[in-house]
Amino acid sequence: MSNGSRPLSPHLQIYRPQITSVLSISHRITGLVLAVGSLVLVWWLLAAASGPVGYDRAAGFLGSFFGLLILFGWTYALWFHFCAGIRHLVWDAGYALELSEVYLGGRIVIGASVALTILTWIIALIAW
Amino acid sequence: MSSTTSTPGLRNQLGRVRGLGSAKAGSEHWWMSRVTSIALIPLTLWFIFGVLAIIGDGHAAALHWLRKPFSAIMMILFVGATFYHTALGIQVVLEDYVHNEPVKLVSIVAAKFLCFAFAVAGIFAVLKIAFGG
Repeated sequence: MSNGSRPLSPHLQIYRPQITSVLSISHRITGLVLAVGSLVLVWWLLAAASGPVGYDRAAGFLGSFFGLLILFGWTYALWFHFCAGIRHLVWDAGYALELSEVYLGGRIVIGASVALTILTWIIALIAW
Repeated sequence: MSSTTSTPGLRNQLGRVRGLGSAKAGSEHWWMSRVTSIALIPLTLWFIFGVLAIIGDGHAAALHWLRKPFSAIMMILFVGATFYHTALGIQVVLEDYVHNEPVKLVSIVAAKFLCFAFAVAGIFAVLKIAFGG
């Protein structure tokens, strides 16, 4: 099928990024990040099951600079997907579908995910 | 006489009321995505609190946590719901962005196999810990 000379509708790069579209694709991207994160979870569980040597090796990697970077990204992706997922469930139930509510919900998701990430890491660094 | 005379097209009333097309799945994918997401709300909160409680405490503390029956059950549910939800989500992403039909089919099957395998691996690890292996 040739679409060489056919006019095309404006595509993504034409539009100004908006909170609606940016949060939508962010939900998808964080979902994929969490898929990778869940592999880390399985790896950690298998390390715990393997014994103290394997566990210490896994904990040592996760406690390194690179490991902490992964965990921090994972934490933010988790809280973002958690909050944005609840927003999706609210929409599925038929609420908050007015444009003003969609914008407000988006800001709440950004604020809540940042706050929860910071809170999680404050607790983690105190407990560590 | 025919049950299809009152309905448009070739679908009979039983087919319409079941809501299943030729894929035999209907809205199950969408619905299970939501069901697993609801399950993951409390499970994720439990997981975060649980990990924060043992962070940096070493192997013995991790085992002490996961050996409790409640913890083991919650972790198995968390791993299972996570990979179920992940498999559904990755399938949607592949369906949206992979336009080559054979590649799409193979990648979706591969993603489902991997999700199932990792879920089994995670659950196996929890059971091994819980049963004191």
